[in-house]
Amino acid sequence: MSAAPSSPSSTDIVSKPLVASLAELIRVTSTVLPADVVRAVDGARKTEDTGTNAAYALDVIDCNIGLAKQKSQPLCQDTGSILFYVNTPVGYDQIAFEAAAIAAVRQATKAGHLRQNSVDSVTGGNTGDNIGPGFPDLHFHQWRHDHVEVKLMLKGGGCENVGATYTLPNPKFGGRDLKGVENAILDCVLQAQGQGCGPGILGVGIGGDRVSGMACAKTQLLRLLDDRNADPDLAGLEERVVAKANQSGIGPMGFGGKTTLLGCKVGKLNRVPASFFVAVSYMCWAFRRQGVDLSADGGITRWLY
Amino acid sequence: MAIIPLTTPLTEAQARSLKVGDTVELSGRLFTGRDAVHHRLHQGVKPPVDLAGAVIYHCGPVMVKTGDRYECRAAGPTTSSREEPYQWEVMRDYGIRAVIGKGGMGPKTLEGCQKYGCVYLHAIGGAAQVCAERITRVDGVDWMDLGSPEAIWHLWAERFPCIVTMDSHGNSLHKQVYEASAKALDALKA
Repeated sequence: MSAAPSSPSSTDIVSKPLVASLAELIRVTSTVLPADVVRAVDGARKTEDTGTNAAYALDVIDCNIGLAKQKSQPLCQDTGSILFYVNTPVGYDQIAFEAAAIAAVRQATKAGHLRQNSVDSVTGGNTGDNIGPGFPDLHFHQWRHDHVEVKLMLKGGGCENVGATYTLPNPKFGGRDLKGVENAILDCVLQAQGQGCGPGILGVGIGGDRVSGMACAKTQLLRLLDDRNADPDLAGLEERVVAKANQSGIGPMGFGGKTTLLGCKVGKLNRVPASFFVAVSYMCWAFRRQGVDLSADGGITRWLY
Repeated sequence: MAIIPLTTPLTEAQARSLKVGDTVELSGRLFTGRDAVHHRLHQGVKPPVDLAGAVIYHCGPVMVKTGDRYECRAAGPTTSSREEPYQWEVMRDYGIRAVIGKGGMGPKTLEGCQKYGCVYLHAIGGAAQVCAERITRVDGVDWMDLGSPEAIWHLWAERFPCIVTMDSHGNSLHKQVYEASAKALDALKA
């Protein structure tokens, strides 16, 4: 999954329209909040009482959404981890795509749509161009369509830090059932308080191993906020988590208030009998994810969110 | 909400006059300082700027250099709790009067605010454009070897908006909300 530095041979096969499309995807993701998230923020503004710190925070957030779009500048200065989820036709050249993604990230960093965010974990050195092991992070899947679909998530460190993986059973939360899962998820909300820049959106993965569970949690965040889980058990869990979190009184920014979560999306994976993980990925209100369909020459044919 | 205008540098009396829940607007010099800056100060390295009466902003901005000038493109707060081990020392040793960040800080910082006369100001997390609009100039930078997001940027602010969430009287909104929400969620347990 980690991005290797581009070699001279891979830069030769970079398609210029593809680089331009990916740079534009990065710009839009960093600067324009998706419509489903804007609707959720608008809904939250209607529920908070006027004159409260919660209402003030949401007013500032609303103003920020408008300014970022108008100025084409980052919604949040922490432009985060750069996560690409790419669906490709069978036989598509992933090596060339990776080289194009690296070129686009460099371009977007220079343009100020991405902050210089790639830091060596031992030396502390900043690469300055957002490229390095794990930067950008690319997840490829093949599908039986003839076009490429690219989804991008920019996930800031503040919200990433408050994510957690729980194991069940746990005397504090309960056993290996939906009750235990629900209590574990709500503990994550409690511990996060305002530090993840709430109102937040949770992606949750039940089961799997420590890697696949969290990967499942993160891909749940690619779902539309107002969709409904096809699994009735999980749909019920999602609703209960949001309802209870919003009765916690944590509120926007942890200032106190009625809106602590804007959504919760839960997926499940099979597990080995010995393990039961509940992976929770916390996303801030500045929920930067966007996607595009690409034509054969790399041009954008459709925006996904 | 009545807004309290403040101009940096701040006096101890000004810091001590603020209470949790107050809305303030800061004008004047702000120094950014986050993880690596606090770690370096903790190691005993002297700060390259005068921190007496100063305001430290937990922020790693997006800066773009055009010619020899820096332009601040995005500048919201970062999570403050990571500076919890260090912040009280900076209050004690250098006389800072306010810290701006998000998410609040813990008991060491709250005690430091009481003891040395300092206040914690909460900016709106994620609102990097609202914040950047109030940064009218970038006058310099130190410790660039830490990387751009971790450097000490000399920002000039005009009416930078914050809410006091920890004061010098031992009050913390974060402590109050944590305790109340723990109780509420416990009652809602499945």
